[in-house]
Amino acid sequence: MNLAALGFAAPWVLWALVALPILWWLLRAVPPAPVRRRFPGVALLLGLRDKDPESQRTPWWLLLLRVAALAALILALAGPVLNPSRVVPGQGPLLVVMDASWASARDWPRRIERVTQALEAAQRAGRTVSVVELTDPPAVAPEFRAADHWRERLPGLMPRPWSPASDLPAWTADLPPGTETLWISDGLARDGRAALLAALAGSGPVSVFEPATPVLALAPPVFDGQAVTVTARRTPGGVQELTLNALGRDPAGAERVLDHAALRFAAGAVNADARFDLPPELRNRVTRFQIDGARGAGTVALTDDSLQRRKVALLSVREGSERLALLSPLHYLREALRPSADVIESASLDDLLLAGPDVIVLADMPGLTEGESQALLHWVEEGGLLLRFAGPRMAGAGASAALGGGGGGQQDDPLLPVRLRAGGRTVGGAMSWGDPRSLAPFPDQSPFVGLPVPADVGIRAQVLAQPGPDLAAHTIAALADGTPLVTRAARGAGQVVLFHVTANAEWSNLPLSGLFVQMLDRLAISTRGARPDAGDLAGTHWQPQEVMDGFGLLSRADDRAAVPGEDLAPVLSGERQPGPDLQPGLYAGTALRIAVNATDAQTPLTPAQWPLGTVVETGARQAEVPLAGYLFAAAAAVLILDALATLALGGRLLRAAMLVFALGLAASPRAQAQAPTGDVDPRILQATENVVLAAVATGDPQVDAVALAGLRGLSDALYARSSVEPGDPMRVDIETDELSVFPFLYWPVTADSPLPSAQAYDKLNRYLRTGGMILFDTRDAEQARLTGGTTAAGRRLQDIAAGLDIPPLEPVPADHVLTRTFYLLTDFPGRYQGGTVWVESAPADAQQAEGMPFRNLNDGVSPVVVGSNDWASAWAVDEQGVPMAQVGRGTTGERQREMAMRFGVNLIMYVLSGNYKSDQVHVPALLERLGQ
Amino acid sequence: MNPTGPALRRSAEALSGALPPLLVAAEHLANSVLPGAHGRRRAGSGAEFWQFRPVHAGDAASRIDWRRSARGDDLFVREREWQAARAVTLWVDDGAAMAFSADKNRPTKARHARLLALALALVLLRGGERVGLAEADLAPRAGRAQADLLAMALADESVAGGEHGAVDLHAAPVGGHVVLFSDFLGDMAPVEAALALAAARSMRGILVQVLDPVEEGFPFDGRTRFESMSGHLSHETLRASDLRSAYRDRLAARKDRLAALARQTGWHATTLHTDRAPALGLLWLYQALGGQK
Repeated sequence: MNLAALGFAAPWVLWALVALPILWWLLRAVPPAPVRRRFPGVALLLGLRDKDPESQRTPWWLLLLRVAALAALILALAGPVLNPSRVVPGQGPLLVVMDASWASARDWPRRIERVTQALEAAQRAGRTVSVVELTDPPAVAPEFRAADHWRERLPGLMPRPWSPASDLPAWTADLPPGTETLWISDGLARDGRAALLAALAGSGPVSVFEPATPVLALAPPVFDGQAVTVTARRTPGGVQELTLNALGRDPAGAERVLDHAALRFAAGAVNADARFDLPPELRNRVTRFQIDGARGAGTVALTDDSLQRRKVALLSVREGSERLALLSPLHYLREALRPSADVIESASLDDLLLAGPDVIVLADMPGLTEGESQALLHWVEEGGLLLRFAGPRMAGAGASAALGGGGGGQQDDPLLPVRLRAGGRTVGGAMSWGDPRSLAPFPDQSPFVGLPVPADVGIRAQVLAQPGPDLAAHTIAALADGTPLVTRAARGAGQVVLFHVTANAEWSNLPLSGLFVQMLDRLAISTRGARPDAGDLAGTHWQPQEVMDGFGLLSRADDRAAVPGEDLAPVLSGERQPGPDLQPGLYAGTALRIAVNATDAQTPLTPAQWPLGTVVETGARQAEVPLAGYLFAAAAAVLILDALATLALGGRLLRAAMLVFALGLAASPRAQAQAPTGDVDPRILQATENVVLAAVATGDPQVDAVALAGLRGLSDALYARSSVEPGDPMRVDIETDELSVFPFLYWPVTADSPLPSAQAYDKLNRYLRTGGMILFDTRDAEQARLTGGTTAAGRRLQDIAAGLDIPPLEPVPADHVLTRTFYLLTDFPGRYQGGTVWVESAPADAQQAEGMPFRNLNDGVSPVVVGSNDWASAWAVDEQGVPMAQVGRGTTGERQREMAMRFGVNLIMYVLSGNYKSDQVHVPALLERLGQ
Repeated sequence: MNPTGPALRRSAEALSGALPPLLVAAEHLANSVLPGAHGRRRAGSGAEFWQFRPVHAGDAASRIDWRRSARGDDLFVREREWQAARAVTLWVDDGAAMAFSADKNRPTKARHARLLALALALVLLRGGERVGLAEADLAPRAGRAQADLLAMALADESVAGGEHGAVDLHAAPVGGHVVLFSDFLGDMAPVEAALALAAARSMRGILVQVLDPVEEGFPFDGRTRFESMSGHLSHETLRASDLRSAYRDRLAARKDRLAALARQTGWHATTLHTDRAPALGLLWLYQALGGQK
């Protein structure tokens, strides 16, 4: 920030600063307030005079403080503004010319803001305004109206995805004299700019607003067979790191970033490449490339079919016989095609046709029905490529047709490019005359032209075509003896290609050679990727599918009129740029989609040069920041400091502070009353005074009530039978309550128990690790027994326990200390019985002690006990101590309830005394040692 | 002032509440001085044995010391030493100025003075002297009961209206001793008048100036407004430190004047400070009193 960035609304107020030295002198004359002191010896002082008749000097720092406060006040009153805008009010009508091109989109809001400022200024000055977009120029003379009118229309202004026309617009001739022009430039040099500027300058002053950010543009992506390279271009600038995203639809159909690559512009460089080495599946999905974080049609490169993968359909051999893979006629094709094409394979031609393949491959004679042949022919005529291979059956079929058809041959079969002679020819075999034939070089008009012919490729057998006048035209590859190896014929929009050998290595070693792959590539791949040239486009029509707006956003355009191919051709060849009549977007032809991008590799990206003397704003200026408020606040703060310092000097700071404090206390008696108690729940405090059993709240009132009643019954039983004298049980909320004061939690789990939050899990794990115990009860032993599977509550328990730090569990072993902590128990019924009860599993090396019925399990208390017997219901008593739930029937039921209660007592004993009963196994050994 | 029943009782309780501490402290202090009756080194009507002498004619038979006489043939009379009990009148300034203490850990000058006075009274009473206060109904008497009365009177720390109390020695017995406790920072005219009266009635005594250390040192600085304890007097200065030497000079002059007064009338004068142990002061007082034959 330099000093020039600071302005004052009322600079004359600053003259008051001159008065500060006077104030300094004045302040020095006023001493601080006297200290009042009680002093009995005052009688001795009466009549004494101060030695220095001048006043006591105020400390310099206090003076400085006061002067600073006043200076801040004066400055604040002068209305300081950081980065003040110096708008010089102009004269006459104002013309706002906006480039509004794709390059303007990068900082469109700033341009609009600048226009808004200009409009506001014009409104204040009462000037008429006209706003002209060069990409969408007015048909006639620009309309000069009140600024209000244009301010309402401002939000509707959008950048266009093309560049302004280069010829001088006609409306410039009709400008009223004295028109001031504000040109919102996109920063790019263009033909015709100078002429327009001259025309505008002819009627009045021209100022230019041109943000200094570099213009970015993407060239269309280039696919070299392995990787997609996208070149980004820009106006010259410093080092710039960008990210280029490849966007497309994921398998779910949602658009997302499929891949990204770094774009790094070196200092001064105008080009940067991003390389995407995408797997074909992914590359097929890419719909566009976009510079991350950039806006504008120039930073979006739409992709079209040139990046797509071909879909090749293989019709499987329909024989049920299982043949060796290497002998399968399709094996080599599969292997050759798979790396570069999307191979689908089916035995059903209907399925293949439904998949809409680009190529269908038939090996030998698949034995098509009449209907299938018709469908296939129809597909070929629609533009499909049918690739066929010969084989024994084709040769045989030809023979049979020749024998039975009376010399007709396959002349009627449109699915073969040429008529075949009956039977095949075998060369180089044991019974034949010559060596295997090699290939002749490919003729010029052949798609294979240029491929090297390896010498070791030999053809041992082939099917032969009927010689005919057009055979040579159909032949695209031949053997050294001139017999055709590959023939091709057009059928409608599509074509049929026949290899006169088998697709496997039976008749030739061609499928084993690299040439085979290259030939397939030439046949299948090269049919895609090349952009149609002007000749191809002539007479075609292209339906826009999606069009791009100036910001690079796509919208559906199915409802727009189709574009003739003649219009498309110059844009594709780069002869002209897209414009209003041909918007950038995706255009679909009969079998091909073509992307038209706002910018291509030839789009000129030179920074605009303005003639000397043109006022160019770059917009780097920051917004106005009024500083008066800050200065007022600073003055107030300094004055408060001054007050405190004065009090301190007078020795009354403490008293004042105490007064303020007392006022504060009086104002907030509640806060004072609450402070000492803090946030300790009195309930929890009460729980610390006694052993208190607690039930975890589940949110189900019925379950919670029963759980609490069950713990009440258990507490009563403990009180009556043992030396444990628990307090009233409590319900705890694991999310909010402190758990550490409870030795034992009963947690009934229902199918819809809420999952604890992460904090609650932390708390629970801490609780379990520090010696707490949780009894999980899914209360559905009966249901589990009947259904024999995991119940809903059981699954919920698994979900809940997933977040808990629970050791491996095992069903309670017969010698577990739980069976003898108070009562001797063998099973643990609750309201139900038979449900397995799980505890932490014993260590694997537990030894059975000599002469003892129990294993030596002295360490560790299981942190959890998991069961499903609905103990709480069996324990539950109401306020009068009467059991609440029925358990079993008659005396058996009462016995079961008693056993449940005993389990409860054992469990609490286990919780409280740990494995102490297990230690009893040592008693004989101890007695023995004592006896000695 | 006519206190109602509850108010009277309340003040009585406050009084008796303060009494034991003062009494205990004073007794504790008094124990540090071993008193004795002032033997006059001649036969008299004291309690102490002085000498045996042969019986003269005219001696009452009851005066013969038969135990001594039985050892020989002559009759002896036991003579007792003549002992004189003095009347000591104490006065403690009850003005507002005495209720000053610059530090809350130090006793006020009044309290220090009252402690000294009571301790001195106890010592004197133990020695058989008659001690009283310069008030109407507390004329010097001997005995333990007088000690309680004095303690009650001295425990009353209520402040008189003025800055300094006025001493009235009209009721003091002629030829007795007087001990005046004050800071003597106020108007000296009443003090001089009292001393003149005392000299006229052949009373002797001690002027005890009790001062707080702050009054001695004047450790003040900056702009200060000094106010007397009752608020009647005030003096404002812009720089208190400038006044320090002047104040000290005036204080020294005041002390000199006290000393001169004492010299003129054969009195003693001393200055005691509230931050010093009172025992030293008491010992000095006792000896000074005992030395005035």
